[in-house]
Order: sequence, then C-alpha cells, then structure tokens
Amino acid sequence: MDWLALLQILDSTLRLATPLLLACLAGLFSERAGIFDIGLEGKMLVSAFLAAAIAAVTGSVWLGLLVGTLGSLLFAAIHGLASITFRGNQLISGVAINFLAAGLTVVVGQYWFAEGGRTPQLGQGQRFEQLTLPFAAEMRDIPVLGTLYAEVISGHSILTYMALLAVPLSWWLLYRTRFGLRLRAVGENPAAVDTAGISVRRLRFAAVGIAGLLCALAGAQLSTAEPAAGFIRDMTAGRGYIALAALIFAKWRPWTALGACLLFGFLQAVALRPALFEQTLGFRIQGQLLDALPYILTVVILAGFVGRAIPPRAGGEPYVKER
Amino acid sequence: MTKLSTFLGASALALLAGGAMAQDAGPAVIFDLGGKFDKSFNESAFNGAQRWAEETGESYAEFELTAEPQREQAIRRFAEQGHSPIIMVGFMSATPLNEIAPDYPETKFVIVDAVVEQPNVRSVVFNEHEGSYLVGLMAGMASESGTVGFVGGMDIPLIRKFGCGYAQGVKAANPDATIVTNFTGTTPAAWNDPARASELTLAQISQGVDVVYAAAGGSGLGVLQTAADNDILSIGVDSNQNYLHPGEVLTSMVKRVDNAVHEAMTAGAEVEVGVQVMGVGNEGVGYALDEHNQPLVTEEIKAAVDQAAAQIASGELTVHDYMTDESCPALTF
Repeated sequence: MDWLALLQILDSTLRLATPLLLACLAGLFSERAGIFDIGLEGKMLVSAFLAAAIAAVTGSVWLGLLVGTLGSLLFAAIHGLASITFRGNQLISGVAINFLAAGLTVVVGQYWFAEGGRTPQLGQGQRFEQLTLPFAAEMRDIPVLGTLYAEVISGHSILTYMALLAVPLSWWLLYRTRFGLRLRAVGENPAAVDTAGISVRRLRFAAVGIAGLLCALAGAQLSTAEPAAGFIRDMTAGRGYIALAALIFAKWRPWTALGACLLFGFLQAVALRPALFEQTLGFRIQGQLLDALPYILTVVILAGFVGRAIPPRAGGEPYVKER
Repeated sequence: MTKLSTFLGASALALLAGGAMAQDAGPAVIFDLGGKFDKSFNESAFNGAQRWAEETGESYAEFELTAEPQREQAIRRFAEQGHSPIIMVGFMSATPLNEIAPDYPETKFVIVDAVVEQPNVRSVVFNEHEGSYLVGLMAGMASESGTVGFVGGMDIPLIRKFGCGYAQGVKAANPDATIVTNFTGTTPAAWNDPARASELTLAQISQGVDVVYAAAGGSGLGVLQTAADNDILSIGVDSNQNYLHPGEVLTSMVKRVDNAVHEAMTAGAEVEVGVQVMGVGNEGVGYALDEHNQPLVTEEIKAAVDQAAAQIASGELTVHDYMTDESCPALTF
C-alpha cells in the first residue's frame, strides 16, 4: 500500500466518520442524562430530508440546514415529551420516532416532488461544498505532513469540521461546566440532583435538545454535503445504530467517541477497497466481514474483553419524584 | 326453499351479467413501491401505458402501491372489477400473484421482472446481461485508462448478472482492461445508500477508473453524481438517465419496460401467456443515445456497439448469463 492510497483511505475515513461522530455525540448527551436514544436514525432522516428539500426549493443550503434542525428538534421534543414528561418507555418512543421518520419523509417527499420520495438532485450552491483550508495548495509539496494536511485534513464540508470541533466542545461542556456536572449527575442519580433543587426534567430536555441539534448536522451531512446531492428514502442506512455501537465502544466519553467513530469510519473505508486489501496482505478478505467488524468489536467490548462498558446508572428509567 | 333457489339463481345471473360486463373494464396497471415517477422502472411502465392510452384514446385503471400489504388487495380488486390484463411491475408481486391467479382463471395477468408459472399469466423477463454487454463494450472503448468500474446495489445474483455482462463487453473491447467491482451492501438498505455509493466511486476513481457503470437502484444516483463531480464518465441503468448529468453520462442500459407494458396493453385481454424474454433481439434491452450523450459516443463506438447488438440479435454472439451457473468468465466477484 503506498502513501497516496493511505491518504485516500484516511480522507474517506474522515468523511464516513462525520455522520457517525455527530450521531454518536448526540447519543452521548442524551444517554449521559439518562435518556436512551434509539431514535438517532429517525432524527437524522428527518433532518436529511428537510435539509435537502428546502435546499432544493429555495436554493440555499443554509436555510435547508436551519429547517432540518427545526425538524430534528421537533422529533427530539416528541421523544422528550413521551419519555420525560409522560415517563413512557424510552426505547419504544425511539423506535416509534424511527418509524415515523421513515414513513413521513417518503410521504411528504412524494407529495412535494413526486419522485418516489426523493428530492431533486442538488446543484451548485445547494449543497455544502468541500472547503479548501488555507495554504493547502502550498503545503502539498511538503512530504508527509504537508500531503497529510492537503489531502486528508483539507477538502471536507464545513459540517465535518463542525463535527470535529464538537468533540472538545462536548468534553468541555460535560466535564468543565456546572451544566455538564448536573447533566452527568442526572443520568447517574436523578434523585440527588432533585434534592439539590435542580429540575431533572429541564436538564433532561436540554440534553435531548442537544442530541436533536447534533443529529440534524449528521442528517444534513448525509444529504447535502458534497459528494452527496439529495435525499433518498431510508438513506441513513443504519448509521444511527452504528453510532450507538460506537457510543458503547467509547464507553460514553467524547474523546473516545472520536476514536471509536474514526475507527469505524476507517474500517468502512477499507471495506470499500477490497482490491487494496488484497495487494497489501496478499489474500482476499470478504468485504462483508469488514462491514461486520464494527458490530463484532462492539460485541467483544460488551462481553467485557476490553475493559468494561458501564452505562449511566439511571439510563432508561423515567424519573418519578417522590411524593 | 323455492324462494331461496330463485334468489340464488337470480344472484348467479346477476353475477354472470356483472362478470360479462366487467370483462370490458380494460387493462389495469399496478406500480410497485417507489412510485410512478421514480425516474426508473415504474416510470418506464407508466410511459408505456400512457403511450397506449394516447394511441387508442382509451383509458386504463392504475394503482400505486405505497405499502406492502396493499399488493394482494390491489391485484384482487382489479380482478374483481373485471380488468384484464392486469399488469404489475416488480418481482415482489410474484408470490401473491402465484396464489391469486388461479382464483381468476378468466383474467389475464402480466408480471414484469419475474416468472410466475400459471396458465393465465404472462411473465416478462429481461436479458439484462445482453444490454450490460453493450454498455460494457462502450465503456471499454471510451476508457482511456483501461480501467473501468462497476458499482452494484445489493449483492444478489441478479445484479451480478449485470456486472458479468458488462465485464464481458469491456473485455471484448479491450482484453487487457481491468474491471473494478464493488457492491453497496448485502441488505436491502444497499439500494438506498447513495453516500456509500459515492465513497465507492471515489475509491474506484483513485484506482484509475474513468468509466463507471451503476446498477444500484437509488444508490446509483450517488455514483452518477460523484462521477460528474470528478469529471469521469458514468453509465446509468433501467431507464434513460443520460439527462441527469448531460455530457457526463456515457449512456444508459435501458430496460424497455414501457415496450413490454405497451405490447401487453395492445394485445388486451387476448394477451399471450407464458414467459416472454425481452432481449437485444426484440428491443427489450439496449443502450440509450440522445442529445445529452451524442458528443460522447463517437462514430467508432456507435458502429461497434450496433454491430454487437446485431450479432446478439442474430444469435451469432452469446453473452454468458451469470444466473445460469453462478459464475462469470470475465470477472471474479
């Protein structure tokens, strides 16, 4: 495997990891506050659809992102209402959101565009273009670091950079602010937080809202960031679930989430290039095996082979105030 | 008792009369999930039906499936109303049709893309490998790098059939050509994952591919888009997709579902039953040439592909069908 091929794999890794990372962080906030979120998939789908549809109609991808975010937040609010306010089962509410999103996007899409639930293909200016970072062209001539910068770091959509920035931001928010401390506490022991006079309900709604926001970015990346150009039904293709796997793999921490998502992205990027694999290792590996690796790794982690993954203690349980 | 038998007789008469009347209800078309305007398969069927309606000035009944459970209901309802022939597109209808067809022996059914062995069913299947051979030939000639790509949807024998025919065509044009093959997945989600298809295309481009053939349903749009973004040629599938990126799509492998539907509607209730194979010979499959790809298809390419089509039609040239023995002489999957 030569250097250029490796660079291309890393470039592809970053692109594939972006929606995973955003969804994974969304799950992180929600689950750290004690709300399981199976509905990552559905929220991404709604945002992907609205972002592409509004971008196609108005010609502005930023307006698309805005409306996509509103849609995702609305679904997050439904999840919050069902599982926080009405203390429903969080898993069932999440599954319902996934079904609702899968159905609604196609029905509304068919009604608007009559293309079988698709949006029209997005043209110039209707999608997030690949940004060339400053000095990328100049640094291309510097060996190793320069090419790494020019080929891998530069040339992604703004959403990818937002995803990468979201990692330190999430870490800071969760571990260095009062809000973060309370948010983590509400996922471990909501009664203690309540005793301190802080609203469990409000904290959990905030966490679910942040999750909605991050899912919106993930969805927009899928449908409107180059090379993507439009929405197609069920286009999240299970990424919400892979993100949940990554979340467990990362043991509910932001920096490890970045590592897990990059690893999963890398595995996918390698799976896309079976020929390269064959050249390097000298034997043929089934692409299906590489596709399955993220799940296999998660099972290994869950089985306790590589340290233990301990979920937030109050996760999945609606909080009932003592009377 | 007499009253009852009179009543029964009367209702039987009414039924008979109703039946006789209903036999004139004309043809009906059932579009599969994905909808009438899917820019592909169903839209092609719709175009064929429209052509018939315009030519004859008559009308036809139609139904767009929006959910799986409607499939059986729709077929039965049209049969009860006396429509004949009832045309349905998509292999998903094969199982329900196999059960329903014997209940309505007087009604003729037409199914596209699947074989249902019942005495009143016409099964229309396409020789996709022949059409893929033709576009493969064009890809092999148009490629400057000698490396061409194939992006399939879900990894099933039917899609390998496309890939195998394509590879044979490429090799016919350039025996030294390299064919890079990828599939978008192994589950039905693979049909609707343009993001993954885009990544696959980028990976193929990095391996030197300069013409890529997409047989991946909705995911194929990602292939065509990425190819256009990176200024390489692409090949569409099922219906004519040349217009999606004018000047960037070399051609499209077209399945003339419209011809099959049009022909069945023209034959009406007298439509012949049995298996109808649509190949290059009877213009069931082919390559698309229009104003959008005219500049890309040189005289030389056109001559070669037309000659190959003539040879396939005459039986002089046979293209290996992957599905007959699950192997391909020109490509290892």
